[in-house]
Amino acid sequence: MAGPMLRVDAVSAGYDGFQALFGVSLEVSAGESVAVIGPNGAGKTTLLRAISKLIDVTGGDIAMEGRSLKAVPAYEVIGRGIAQVPEHRRLFPRLTVEENLKMGGFLPSARAQYAERLAYVYSLFPRMQERSSQPAGTLSGGEQQMCAIGRALMSGPKLLLLDEPSAGLAPVVVQSIFDMVKRICAEGYTVLIVEQNIRQVLKVVDRAYLLETGRIKQSGPAAELLASSEIRKAYLGL
Amino acid sequence: MQIFDIFLLESVLNGLLLGGLLALLSLGLNLIFGVIDVVWICYAELIMIGMYAVYYLHVSFGWPLLAAMLAGVLIVALSGMALHQFVIRPVLAAEPINQLLVTGGVLFFLQAAATLAFGIEFKNLGITFPPIVVGEISFSMPRLIAFGVALAGMLGMYLLLTRTYIGTAIRAISQDRAIMPLMGVNPSRIYLVTSALGGGLAGLGSCLLVLQYDIHPAIGLSFGPITFLICVLGGLGNMAGGFIAAFIFAQFISVGGFFLAVEWGYVIAFLFFIGVMFWRPQGILGSKQ
Amino acid sequence: MGKALPWIGLAALALAPFSGIGNYPLHLLIMVLLWGYVYTSWSIMGRLGMVSFGHGAFLGIGAYVVVMGWNHYGLTPWMGVPIALAVTAIVAFLIGYPCFRYKIVGHYFALVTLALSEVTRLLIVALRDQTGGSLGVTPKTALTDAAYSFAALQFSNKLVWFYVVLAVWLAGLWVWKKVDESMGRLALEAISQEEDAAASIGINVTRLKLGVTMISALMTCIGGVLYAQYQLYVNPETVSGIGISLQMVFGVIAGGMYVRLGPTVGAAFTLLLAEGLRLAFGNRFPALDSTVYGLMLVLFIIYMPKGILGAALDAAGQSKPRPAATPTGRVLRDG
Repeated sequence: MAGPMLRVDAVSAGYDGFQALFGVSLEVSAGESVAVIGPNGAGKTTLLRAISKLIDVTGGDIAMEGRSLKAVPAYEVIGRGIAQVPEHRRLFPRLTVEENLKMGGFLPSARAQYAERLAYVYSLFPRMQERSSQPAGTLSGGEQQMCAIGRALMSGPKLLLLDEPSAGLAPVVVQSIFDMVKRICAEGYTVLIVEQNIRQVLKVVDRAYLLETGRIKQSGPAAELLASSEIRKAYLGL
Repeated sequence: MQIFDIFLLESVLNGLLLGGLLALLSLGLNLIFGVIDVVWICYAELIMIGMYAVYYLHVSFGWPLLAAMLAGVLIVALSGMALHQFVIRPVLAAEPINQLLVTGGVLFFLQAAATLAFGIEFKNLGITFPPIVVGEISFSMPRLIAFGVALAGMLGMYLLLTRTYIGTAIRAISQDRAIMPLMGVNPSRIYLVTSALGGGLAGLGSCLLVLQYDIHPAIGLSFGPITFLICVLGGLGNMAGGFIAAFIFAQFISVGGFFLAVEWGYVIAFLFFIGVMFWRPQGILGSKQ
Repeated sequence: MGKALPWIGLAALALAPFSGIGNYPLHLLIMVLLWGYVYTSWSIMGRLGMVSFGHGAFLGIGAYVVVMGWNHYGLTPWMGVPIALAVTAIVAFLIGYPCFRYKIVGHYFALVTLALSEVTRLLIVALRDQTGGSLGVTPKTALTDAAYSFAALQFSNKLVWFYVVLAVWLAGLWVWKKVDESMGRLALEAISQEEDAAASIGINVTRLKLGVTMISALMTCIGGVLYAQYQLYVNPETVSGIGISLQMVFGVIAGGMYVRLGPTVGAAFTLLLAEGLRLAFGNRFPALDSTVYGLMLVLFIIYMPKGILGAALDAAGQSKPRPAATPTGRVLRDG
C-alpha cells in the first residue's frame, strides 16, 4: 500500500459552536506507533473523536488506507479497520469482562474469529481470563484498561487509537499501562496514542506530534521531541 | 371449622398463575425503559390491538388460532417499531415530559380509534376450555397455558439477552450509549430492534390474554395501570424486579378479590404499593439515582 | 392600548350572557371556563415538569365526596368541600412525597399518577352501593320549591353559574400568576432540571414541589365540585380515570402549557372541536372526537409542543422564556 495508513488532512472540528481543532494534519504509516502529545484542552481527544466520526469534521478530510471517511457514519468506522480505546476506558460496567470483549467483536466480519481472538487477548492479558465472568465495573483501574484495550483488539483492527490510557490511574499502575502499549506496538499493531504523560509516552512510540490549542506545533521522531529544549522546558519541567 | 380453606388455596395458586402473566407483561415495558429510557404509556393499548388482531383473524377470517396468534405477535412487534420510529424518535431529543405526553397521546388515540373501528361491545374468541381439576381445586386451562407460555417467553428473553450478540448489545446500550458506534453498533438500529422485541412481548401478552378475557377498547385500563405499578414497584427498568413484583401484586389481586369484590383487590394492591414507595421509593430492586 | 386589552376582553366576557347568545352557547361558555380552570390547575404542575396523568382522581374526589355527603348525610356542600379538600391533600401528599423526596420523578410520577386515577375510578365503582357505581349519581335536588339553594349549592339559573364559574376561572388565573411570580427563575429551573444545583443553594426542592402539587390538586378538586353541582350528574368515567386525565393533558398541550391563558384556549379548542365534529357527523361515530384528540395530541407534541397560543405568541414575537430552559451541555440523543 502506497502512502500512509491514516492521513489527517487540515482537519477542523469542534462542538456546539466551539472550535477545538484548526487545520490539523498528521499521518500514521503501517506498523508505526505515533503519539499526539499536548496539554489539557489542546484538542487531543477531539482529534480521536473526529477520526472515529463521533463528531463531525467541519473542514479538511480524514482518509484511512487512501479512502476518505467523509461519508462514513460512526458505526462503520470500525469496519474500516479503526478501533478506539476511549478516554476513561468506558467499559460496560454491568457486562462481564468476556461480554465486554464480545462487544468488541460485534462486527459481523469479526464474529467468525471470535474464539481465536478471545484466546489471543487472554494470552496478552492473562488476568482478564481469570476475571472473565466478573462485571467489568468491579475491576481495578489497570485491569479495566487491559480490558478496554483487549476489547478494541477483538475486531482485528489495523489501526488502534488510544485516548489517554494512563489518565486517572495511580502512578504505580501507569508504568504497567505503558508496558502494555509497548507490547501492543511490538505485536505489530499500528497505534495512534494521545497522551498527557509526555515523558512516558515518548519512550514508547516511534514518532510524535505536539498539539497545542488545536494546532500542531511540532513533530518528529520521539527521541528528538524528548530531547527538544522547548518541550523539556514547557512540559517536562527541565 | 375448616382451618385450611381450600378455596383460599385455590385463589393463591391462581394468583401464582396470574403472576406469571403479569410478569411477562411487565417484561416488555421494563425492556423498553431499561434500554431506551422511555416509558410506553400506551403499552397496554398495544396489547389491546394485538387482541383485536387475533380475534378478527381467527373469528372473521377463519385463520387457525395458532396462525392468528403468530400474526398477532408480529403485528404488535411491528407496531412497536412504528411507535418508536414515528412517534418517539422525533421527541427523543426533547424533554422527558414530551416523551411521556406523546405516548399518552397514543394511548388516547388507540383507545378512541378502537372504539371507532370495533365498537364498544365486548368480543370474545368464544373458545371454552374445560377446567383442570386437581383434588378440590380447579384451574382454568387458559391460565395454565398463559403461565407456561409466560415462563417460556421470559426464559427466551433471558437467553436472547445473554447469549446472542444483539442481546448483549441491547444490554450494553443501556449502560453506555455513546460508545456503541465504536463497537460497530448503530444505536438507532438497536433501539428499533428493542422496540420490536418490546412489541413482540406485548403481542405475546395479547395472545395469552385473548384466551381468557373479553376484548373491548378500554381493556388496556384493566391491566395497564397494574403493569405500570408492577414495573415501578420492582424498580423501573429492572426485569428481575418486575418479575418479583408481579407475583406480589398478583397475590393481592387474587386473594383480595377472594375476600372482597374484585375491584378491592386492585385498591389494596395500590395501597400496598404506596406503602412500599414510602419505604423504598426506587422499587424493590431499583437503584438510587 | 396593549395593557387595556385584557380588561376590555374581560368586560366583554362578563357581559357576554346579556348579548343574547342563547342558553346552549351560554352552557358552552360555562364549560369552557370551567374546564379552562381545571386545565389551568393541571398546568401549574405540568409547566414545571411534573406531568400528572392522574388529575382525574382529584376531580373525582371533589365531585363524589361532596355529592355523597349531600345525598347520604344531608351535608351541605359548604361542609363537604373542606372534607373533599382534606382528602385531596392527603392523597396528593401520599403520591407526591415519596416521588419528590427521593427525586424519583418524571416517569415514576407519571405512572403512579396514572394508576392513581384508575384506582380512584375503581374505588368509586367498588363502592357501588353508595356511589351508584358506573351508572353514576345525581345530587338530590334542593330545587323543588326554589330556583336556587345556596345551602345545597344548586342554582337553576345558568346566569348565576356563569358568574360563579367566571369568578373561579379568574381566581385560577390569579393563582397561576402568583405561583409563577413567587418562583424565582432559579427555583423554576431547579424544579424542572437542576435539582442538585438548587439544593446546594438552600432551595428545598421537595417542599416546593409538594407545595405546587398541593395547589394544583386542591384547585382541581374544586373544579370537580363545581362540575358536579352544575351538571347535577356525575359518573366515574367523566370525573375520574385515565380518560379525563388525558383529556386535561391534551387540552393544556393544545392550548399552550407555558402561557397563562393557554389552558383556557385549549379548553375552548377541545370543546369547539367536539361540537364541530358532532355537528358534522352527528352521533354516528362515537369516540370520533377522542380519536382526533389523541392524534392531535401526538402531532402537537411532535410538531407544536408550545401549543396553539404558545406558537401564536412566538410568531408575534411575544414569548417569554420558559421556566424549563434546557441547560447547556445536555446530552441530546437521536435514538
